[in-house]
Amino acid sequence: MSDQNYVPSSKLGKWFNDRLPLLSLSAHLREYPTPKNLNYWWTFGGILTFCLVAQIITGIVLAMHYVAHTDLAFASVEHIMRDVNYGWLLRYFHANGASMFFLAVYIHIFRSLYYGSYKSPREVIWIIGMIIYFLMMMTAFMGYVLPWGQMSFWAATVITNLFSAVPFVGESITNWLWGGFAVDNPTLTRFYALHYLLPFLIFGLVILHIWALHVPGNNNPIGIELKKPSKDTVPFHPYIVIKDLFALLLFLIVFAFFVFYAPNILGHADNYIEANPMVTPNHIVPEWYLLPFYAILRSVPDKLFGVIAMFASIFVLVILPWLDTSKVKSAIFRPIYKQFYWILVIDVFILGYMGAMPAEGTYLLIARVATTYYFVHFLIILPILGKKEKTLPIPLSITDPVMGVSPNPDMVKKKEIYN
Amino acid sequence: MSDQKKPKRRDFLFTASYAIGAVGIGAAVWPLVDQMNPDKSVKALASTEVDVSLLEPGKSITVLWRGKPVFIKRRTQEEIFEARAVKMDELKHPEKDEDRAKDPEWLVMLGVCTHLGCVPVGDKGDYNGWFCPCHGSHYDTSGRIRKGPAPTNLEVPKYEFINSNTIKIG
Repeated sequence: MSDQNYVPSSKLGKWFNDRLPLLSLSAHLREYPTPKNLNYWWTFGGILTFCLVAQIITGIVLAMHYVAHTDLAFASVEHIMRDVNYGWLLRYFHANGASMFFLAVYIHIFRSLYYGSYKSPREVIWIIGMIIYFLMMMTAFMGYVLPWGQMSFWAATVITNLFSAVPFVGESITNWLWGGFAVDNPTLTRFYALHYLLPFLIFGLVILHIWALHVPGNNNPIGIELKKPSKDTVPFHPYIVIKDLFALLLFLIVFAFFVFYAPNILGHADNYIEANPMVTPNHIVPEWYLLPFYAILRSVPDKLFGVIAMFASIFVLVILPWLDTSKVKSAIFRPIYKQFYWILVIDVFILGYMGAMPAEGTYLLIARVATTYYFVHFLIILPILGKKEKTLPIPLSITDPVMGVSPNPDMVKKKEIYN
Repeated sequence: MSDQKKPKRRDFLFTASYAIGAVGIGAAVWPLVDQMNPDKSVKALASTEVDVSLLEPGKSITVLWRGKPVFIKRRTQEEIFEARAVKMDELKHPEKDEDRAKDPEWLVMLGVCTHLGCVPVGDKGDYNGWFCPCHGSHYDTSGRIRKGPAPTNLEVPKYEFINSNTIKIG
């Protein structure tokens, strides 16, 4: 790597860096060679880092005012909204921040799917990312329970009851999760503890995610491996830093719209009714970012297999680097994959919509078709397509197609001469 | 070495150390796992006494027992008749009404849908019993599952009349 020869200019810097090479790390991060053709879909990594840090900061502050007890939790959230200075802002930022976090992570994941960023040599980055995504879902779910409204309580009840589908020990597992015979105070306090813990685990995994990224370097829109550093790369700072900050500003405009103009539009009015274990709201649905999985859960008529299908829908993503057999990364050069990619996007949107609708009649039928297609895409189409598809010729470098040189075998020889 | 396959004194010591280590770690982890199980104060609330003297036929009340709603329904003659007239082969989870309601007038059961734990709504659904709004399970006047995703009938808890006016649940 380019920074291994880094020597701090000051004597003190050198003294410190010899003992703890933080300055070398900083130099590595600044000089880190980045493909020069990264588009705006690549700015979501930075946006996600911002989301995580913002959630942790607002979360710590909210924890100073929140009380995790079934008698007090709901009132303490209202206390935050009405009495605490800027409490409304902090809570709305944190609650909508969760939605923005998921919006960004979905774009980040679908970018990876389009450009084949999960493929060799980046499988470990992808798997760490999937673990982060799973922990995000758990964190978001437990955070949703904390205000102890009707939706909080019944979300906790329905989701923990998923484990009652496990044969023989289901009831023991749910009682263990609840710390009782129903969702109650012990459940609330442990969810609070875990909701506080998990973001720090995510933070640690993000460091591993970035570390694993910095070994092979970024993928890029044309999906070829680059010589680094070279005329195909630019230093991370200032080029990517400035671009990421600009994208973050645009993202914050959307963020601010929700926080200031529509802070409750992504939530459910029922959650402003205090939790009541005697009455279930008429229509309970999870937050929007969990709807596709909810649709998969409900589309299977058997309780146990519904739960298995839901977890399997995440697990197929984990093993995706080995399901997609194509050596070509970017969808730009995979004309047929590109079409299946967009069908998958539509399929996930359909699943999301069906998750919000009652599970009956036509809705249920469509949800079943969409669920089946989801698994067909990953388990059947991708393995076969990688072997059968005729891909387009791939450029040898980022610079070449820009310079108008058509990719052909002669280029390989020319390159060798130039090098 | 010629006698490599023969376990040595040192191999025995390794195996014994690993075994003791595993038991030790297990013993240390168990309290951390078991602290999440229902504690003594939760278990102490194991029974609840309910005065049902004011309940008219056809009416029901819901009481909380171990954090869960319990339906106590004083059934009308028609409801009892309807529940007892059902043939066993029409049921997804066959149970006789006689076994679910010892005293036919009184039906006591957990108000927890056996699908994913929502509270069904009374006097609703296709079988004049209960209907779960979450995922559409229909229960009859005996609380038996008739239609929808729930796998089993509404659970009947352990209960008894301690006098003619009072039911003890648990």
